[in-house]
Amino acid sequence: MFDTQHIGRALTPFSIEVEAGRLRFFAKATGQADPVYIDESAARNAGHPALPVPPTFFFCLEMESPKPAEVRELLGFDIGRVLHGEQGFSYHRMAYAGDRLNFAGRIVDIYEKKGGALNFVVVETAVTNQHGQPVADLRKITVVRAAPTPGA
Amino acid sequence: MTLPRFEEITIGQQIPPLTTGPVSRLALALYAGASGDHNPIHVDIDFARKAGMPDVFAHGMLSMAYLARILTGWVPQSALRSYLVRFAAITHVGDVITCSGRVVEKFVQDGEQRLRLQLETVNQDGETKLSGEAVVALQ
Repeated sequence: MFDTQHIGRALTPFSIEVEAGRLRFFAKATGQADPVYIDESAARNAGHPALPVPPTFFFCLEMESPKPAEVRELLGFDIGRVLHGEQGFSYHRMAYAGDRLNFAGRIVDIYEKKGGALNFVVVETAVTNQHGQPVADLRKITVVRAAPTPGA
Repeated sequence: MTLPRFEEITIGQQIPPLTTGPVSRLALALYAGASGDHNPIHVDIDFARKAGMPDVFAHGMLSMAYLARILTGWVPQSALRSYLVRFAAITHVGDVITCSGRVVEKFVQDGEQRLRLQLETVNQDGETKLSGEAVVALQ
């Protein structure tokens, strides 16, 4: 069981500029052929100022933190034992290539199930844009499998 | 893209589904690069075996991105209010993933006509991999 004293702990905040090239690569990697997500002129014709950040890409930008392993190092677990349990997004406004987005994350819960075989960490992250406007709120539940008992 | 008309939506109505090709190791490598998720368990079989897994396996967020495509293929992304999934089972290399969604609720909130969609991905054997929901606003 992880130390529950970390509940409420704020993670290191950071900001990152959204790059059009990364959005195109993400579209390719996820099979997204809709030109709105690939072609600037198609995006503008659809009423967007630039390529839009697709719904789940905020999670990818969150991993661009200068301390990507902060939660893992704080709680002390091995990346090989990590599973993604749940992921949620609430959306407030669109974000686009060229925007600079701010990420402010916080550990909001720590608990265990199955007699400690599975440990859970819940992180919520507020995303705002360069104008200070709310863009999205992320909620990630990470599941950590307990290390096997030696000799078992 | 034109929004569906709220009054014409019926509970239980399916949105257009999509089925991916079998999940390949190349797809996992591309997603690792594009997403920035470099956890070796998705691309390095030696690492995966040392961690007690029989093989590499797909990023849950790759399936969540596939599933998002049926949402943004049906309504403009600006209509999306929330999107949540639970990762119920691991998606393996070779799985053929079908993403589907259906309307389970029509309601008005914050002055908007909204729909709640129940979503899932299943593999070729009908095993549920992701289950979740989204809320879209039709104004």
